[in-house]
Amino acid sequence: MTTRMVEVRAKVLKQNDVLAHALRERFHENGTCVVGLVSSPGSGKTAFLEKLLGSLAREYRVAALVGDLATENDAARLQRATPNVKQITTGTICHLDAQMIQKALESWDLGAVDFLFIENVGNLVCPSSYDLGEELRFVLLSATEGEDKPLKYPTIFNSSDVAIITKMDLAEAAEFDVAAVRRNIEGVRPGMRTFEVSSKTGLGMENVVEFLRGQLSISREATEVNVHTA
Amino acid sequence: MHELSIAMAMIDEIIEQSESRGGLDVEAVNLRLGVFSGVDKDALLFAYELACEGTPLEGSRLLIETIPLVIYCPSCKRERAPVSAYQLCCPDCLVPTPDIVTGREIEVASLEVAA
Repeated sequence: MTTRMVEVRAKVLKQNDVLAHALRERFHENGTCVVGLVSSPGSGKTAFLEKLLGSLAREYRVAALVGDLATENDAARLQRATPNVKQITTGTICHLDAQMIQKALESWDLGAVDFLFIENVGNLVCPSSYDLGEELRFVLLSATEGEDKPLKYPTIFNSSDVAIITKMDLAEAAEFDVAAVRRNIEGVRPGMRTFEVSSKTGLGMENVVEFLRGQLSISREATEVNVHTA
Repeated sequence: MHELSIAMAMIDEIIEQSESRGGLDVEAVNLRLGVFSGVDKDALLFAYELACEGTPLEGSRLLIETIPLVIYCPSCKRERAPVSAYQLCCPDCLVPTPDIVTGREIEVASLEVAA
């Protein structure tokens, strides 16, 4: 039996990319600055977000989507900062995809939201493949993790726009080498903007708020959203 | 482990491509997979076979071509293989760059079909 070759050249995640593109346009039309958060489990995404939402909510209208395999615990925590929180439970899926975001936002009026945060499932591998339509992706790394984490997970660090080093209040006790981690981040994603914070003491949080304030005006001025602005 | 989701998306895409061409008898799928795609080759091969069950692609082979990481060096002004996946800089001039040319692909290049 003979075979013939049929050229296809189709992206496997085309459907996700199409949906993500539509989401990005919707966010842009509504003037909503959307930030995705990725990290390993336990690096402090929810604590960081709780603090950040609390600060931003004084000046802006904020909202959050939070992904986990199970439980509504994170949504309950974030609701202390803003009522506009929705939990996405993925069941067995280890990442969020654009369709989950679209579904979660179906009934939302994004015109009434300045900042929307999307907290991904704790995982440094799978979320890197899925565009969620976010304007910026923050990758978090805590001072209690190894300094070489960016080297071990280069794909997610490279696909992110901003790195946040969390739990800096524990850095000394954990003998965490900030200079080494900054070097490693720079190796994987040259030029990456990096912040050091402590959600517990509030250290460095104002710098992130200031950065986001600037980002919101940039994205509202821009006619074309550049995903890689960092 | 999101290779099962990737395999299922891939199968949907291939079936769509096949139907748009009047229905193809697909024997093999040629996939271009970048080393920086976040997808593991062996896990994908395993997931593909599983996900094909009960679909028109059952029994088809998945052939994966690994696409290396290539960056654009702003100093040499040409495409280079970086020092390593975690040191994105030119091997000669050592200038770092975030500009990735290839290595992120998850793309069905072609289908081998019964003639």
